[in-house]
Amino acid sequence: MTHGDTIWSDDPQFPALAALAVNDAQLRGNIRRATSTIRARRALAVGELPDWQQLRAAGAAIKDEALSHLDRYLEQFEAAAVARGAHVHWARDATEANAIVASIIEATGEREVIKVKSMATEEIGLDSALAARGITAHETDLAAMIVQLGHDRPSHILVPAIHRNRAEIREIFIREMADAPADLTDQPEALAEAARNHLRRKFLECKVAVSGANFAVAETGSLLVAESEGNGRMCLTLPETLVSVVGIEKLVPSFRDLEVFLQLLPRSATGERMNPYNSLWTGVTPGDGPQAVHIVLLDNGRTDVLRDELGRQALRCIRCSACLNVCPVYERTGGHAYGGTYPGPIGAVLTPQLVGVEHASTLPFASTLCGSCYEVCPVAIDIPAVLVKLRHDSVQATNHAAADAVFAAAGVAMRGRYRWRLALRLVRLLRYAGRFGLAPIEPWTRFRELPQPPAQPFRDWWVAERDQPRGGSGPRRRGGGR
Amino acid sequence: MKIALFVTCLVDALFPDVGRATVNVLERLGHEVEFPLAQTCCGQMHTNSGYRQPALVRRFVNQFESYDAVVVPSASCAASIRHQHPVIARAAGDERLARSSELLAGRVYELSQLLLDVLGAEDVGAYFPHRVTYHPTCHSVRSLDVDDRPLRLLRSVRGIELVGLPGSEECCGFGGTFAVKNPDVSAAMLADKMTAVLETGAEVLCAGDRSCLMHIGGGLQRIRAGVRTLHLAEILASVDGGDGPAGIGSRSGGGVRA
Repeated sequence: MTHGDTIWSDDPQFPALAALAVNDAQLRGNIRRATSTIRARRALAVGELPDWQQLRAAGAAIKDEALSHLDRYLEQFEAAAVARGAHVHWARDATEANAIVASIIEATGEREVIKVKSMATEEIGLDSALAARGITAHETDLAAMIVQLGHDRPSHILVPAIHRNRAEIREIFIREMADAPADLTDQPEALAEAARNHLRRKFLECKVAVSGANFAVAETGSLLVAESEGNGRMCLTLPETLVSVVGIEKLVPSFRDLEVFLQLLPRSATGERMNPYNSLWTGVTPGDGPQAVHIVLLDNGRTDVLRDELGRQALRCIRCSACLNVCPVYERTGGHAYGGTYPGPIGAVLTPQLVGVEHASTLPFASTLCGSCYEVCPVAIDIPAVLVKLRHDSVQATNHAAADAVFAAAGVAMRGRYRWRLALRLVRLLRYAGRFGLAPIEPWTRFRELPQPPAQPFRDWWVAERDQPRGGSGPRRRGGGR
Repeated sequence: MKIALFVTCLVDALFPDVGRATVNVLERLGHEVEFPLAQTCCGQMHTNSGYRQPALVRRFVNQFESYDAVVVPSASCAASIRHQHPVIARAAGDERLARSSELLAGRVYELSQLLLDVLGAEDVGAYFPHRVTYHPTCHSVRSLDVDDRPLRLLRSVRGIELVGLPGSEECCGFGGTFAVKNPDVSAAMLADKMTAVLETGAEVLCAGDRSCLMHIGGGLQRIRAGVRTLHLAEILASVDGGDGPAGIGSRSGGGVRA
């Protein structure tokens, strides 16, 4: 699978990338401030709803229904959208999707397009694929624009420039935005105004827009984009041609299902009761908005994910980022350490499944399994359980001779009572670990002392002190065996 | 009531004081404790590292299925037994083992759950005149839902001065092999946890998982912070005039530099 030139390298090593990130004080501060703010807002917004757990269960059930009959719902969606004047295209992978989008744009004769922030187009590396064909794509979401102008990579699903603070953003604008005012300050209002003026010109000039979609309704053939800034609304209404790249997992069966997700998404994502802008469209509305409407349905590995009974729940994801904001690992590394398009806990379960675990072998281990992600997930994806399963797949798919040997040896010792007792007694040798400078425990002792091994294991104390016949009641042994 | 102790491999090997304390608390409350000697490990370390050991699931079921209640002085191991054992058995195609492990799972209790839910003992008669802060480990709150049970037990300890831990429910960064596979991120999380512990001015950090305490305690020891780490069982086992960790000269929380 291709991930665009900026997105993917073969099997990025999370531990090494994360080690770089944890030592970047600026990055750590930026991400800590941002995630703790969103976290607190989410907790308030979710706390307002007494039926949150029921909503969450409904969200999971609706997505599961759509995913388990995806063939039917996709065809229903296509028929409904086509009946309302949309053109529906099917893309097996990134290369096909990029080619379809590029041909649609080329057919209009335009060389510049405006974009609504979209994870699907990020995943397929659309911007660089278009650039290779001489088409310039302008990101219009403020954070996405900051990333694009800074020749940077997104580090968060919802707030791609979360790793930047306002002083850094000001520098990027002054350096890269030709129409930035000379006296630009780092006040949020001033930065937003500069971006607004810059973008307004693009909105009025460009005749083609590219978007993703948060939801696709099978029943009606409608697409929905939720956003906060209004840039999406501009892109979705002003141009003549609109191309939307939609992952096939975005389907929900019926229009009514949006009721559930339009409560779950904003409260989980930004801690708001409602998204400031929900744009919902169905094909073409004559005389109003884009008159050429294209929908590219993207597989790009999703069908393979569906095959895995446990792992497929990751496809329920509605890209809210609540798991990133609450993750103690993400909070200390930011998104770049995860290598792929999708950072944080959801990335650690989604990326290995989409690209193959051999190309993301360290991601399933990028978690302490603390369970915070599962707790906040609005569609109840059991991320820790999927991670554990993917760890198994990762070990199977890649070569870890040393770890294999250690765990095999431990397994052998643990399967025999006397072998295990011997192993426990040998733990005392840990006292001499320092003298031998054991390499495998160096990552432990770099930051922590080793525990002092006891004089005897617990079971030796038990046998000596408790496991003795007592006045006629006979031996207290039970559960013998090897 | 006959209670079987599954002591966990970590406690058996490195922290026998926790096992002894668990036995002492239960015996003091008048219960008979048994320790099946063929027990080894629940296999969590294997499972979470990507290696499935259905043999260890079978071994656990064989050792413990004849008991009314199994006590585990670790929320993490108790959670693994409850939630992961059936999954591992099923992945190995052993539906019978999966069902047996599910049946047994309902009788496997983390220490605070056993004391409060099964034995109804909130005040276990402990005495521990020290300033203590409590870290609710991730698996205890998010996987096993022990909720405030450990705190209720601690509040009933005579002489104790319990102080709240800021950001208590945030992970300490241990995560089993995470601590060595991702040492830098683990250390970054540890640093924040240690800062929170030191802010409380507590002499003792208490938790229900010796594994997390080994990590936080190892970090505190490294900076010579002078804060002891004690398992919940060790505080509950302490009595007035006893030689437990309430007294002076305890070895718990000590360490060697490698």
